[in-house]
Amino acid sequence: MTTAVSVQNLTVSYDDFKALDAVGVDVVAGESFGLVGESGSGKSTLLRAVAGLAPVTEGTIRVENRQLKGARRDKAFYRSVQMVFQDPYGSLHPRQTVDRQLLEPLAIHGVGDGERRILKALDEVGLGSGFRFRYPHQLSGGQRQRIAIARALILEPSILLLDEPTSALDASVQAEVLNLLEQVRRDRKLTFIMVSHDLGVVTHMCDRLAVMQNGRVVERLSAADLVAGRIGEEYTRNLMVASKGFRRG
Amino acid sequence: MSALLTVNDLRVRFPTRTGVVEAVRGVSFTLGRERLGIVGESGSGKSQTGRAIMGLTPSHAEVTAKTLSFGGIDLLSAPPKVRRDLRGKRIAMILQDPKYSLNPVMSIGRQIVETLRRHESVSRSEARERALDMLAAVQIRDPARVFDLYPHEVSGGMGQRAMIAMMLVAGPELLIADEPTSALDVTVQLEVLSILDKLVADRGMGLIFVSHDLRLVSSFCDRVLVMYAGKIVEEIAASDLASAKHPYTQGLLNCMPVIGADRHPLPVLDRKPEWAL
Repeated sequence: MTTAVSVQNLTVSYDDFKALDAVGVDVVAGESFGLVGESGSGKSTLLRAVAGLAPVTEGTIRVENRQLKGARRDKAFYRSVQMVFQDPYGSLHPRQTVDRQLLEPLAIHGVGDGERRILKALDEVGLGSGFRFRYPHQLSGGQRQRIAIARALILEPSILLLDEPTSALDASVQAEVLNLLEQVRRDRKLTFIMVSHDLGVVTHMCDRLAVMQNGRVVERLSAADLVAGRIGEEYTRNLMVASKGFRRG
Repeated sequence: MSALLTVNDLRVRFPTRTGVVEAVRGVSFTLGRERLGIVGESGSGKSQTGRAIMGLTPSHAEVTAKTLSFGGIDLLSAPPKVRRDLRGKRIAMILQDPKYSLNPVMSIGRQIVETLRRHESVSRSEARERALDMLAAVQIRDPARVFDLYPHEVSGGMGQRAMIAMMLVAGPELLIADEPTSALDVTVQLEVLSILDKLVADRGMGLIFVSHDLRLVSSFCDRVLVMYAGKIVEEIAASDLASAKHPYTQGLLNCMPVIGADRHPLPVLDRKPEWAL
């Protein structure tokens, strides 16, 4: 078992506010790891810190046995780690065609053979080549998220950071995107770190998960434990009750 | 049960450069003092149905209906003054995100008082008293403090409770809730829903609950309308949801990942063109 991402004692502060407070998480290569919690719990911050998008004040992040320093990430890092954001309306450039958005990472990393890779990436996310020269506003929310996934996959990374990838989508479209993510993970043996506030989604997608509250990890457990109700923390139990839906009484 | 609201063949059309978009295409239902859910995906016309009843359809759109009447008042032919008097007083609407639907430059208390004084001639001090009572009724612990806070100073759940307080303070007979909890955390959602549930039951209001979440709606409402492409494809009692007949309703029910159900891959909707006919 090799560790893909190892976070130790990580602290992220915005002035006096600690968004993450000495958080430690180990993600094994090839597994799908979930981060759950309510808004403000720091689950997205943890993901952003790994990607170099949050000010780390303390602690270490190791990705594939390479220690990362500060917020700088070299090109090799982005070859192996890519991120998919929550809102496909915000994460795609509104004035660029799908083709250009998919070409961008290839150009940055000097990868040739763009034509074939773009067609393959589109095909992989279930969109035909007919979508290649469309603009984001000509796509539905689910199609846009597929493009965002295609953009993340086009560099053939080994780790995918998923920040609420389906919470901006309709339930029926969510199912399609979750199926797509499972499919590519199987095909490419990817490691997933997935943030979600929906325990249903996390237990469906992930093997193990960490429950976060107020910038700390309050509990680590396997999806099977969660399903079986082997829960240690009160907070996790509350989340579990909440996800079961409204009960009158 | 006398009908509070009668909707017959409601249509909402938006003229655009590329032709007319029909958002709502012939929706009919009657509502008594009960809880009715309207469910569908984005673009199904569920929100536009609610907005047309409230009279909030954009002015360039065209609303037609054979009947659209509330408590004997024909809403489509009613002059703007009558509709203004209805809005907020007898029909109220809770919107999705308190961040965007509360006035950012007005304290929460003043917004509640404004609603009340617009519709009833009450003194300042009485209006303040009733606003504080209402804030207490939505289980805000320290109403006097929250009264003076601005929307950016409160959490999402608190903001949504303030909005419920504002909408209910004038004692409406019909409440339209458009995705009232979608912008909130799961843990806060239940709290807000149970407050809403209790107030609706205590005051005997009619409720239209618009949401994309079929399970949530069915646990909250007596009756559910399922909309697809601007039409009602199925009407079903919430208790009979398991025996839904329309493939779209079944699809919506099945596609959610459920804790403990090990289904890989998830069933997806196979949209048939004839559903939209």
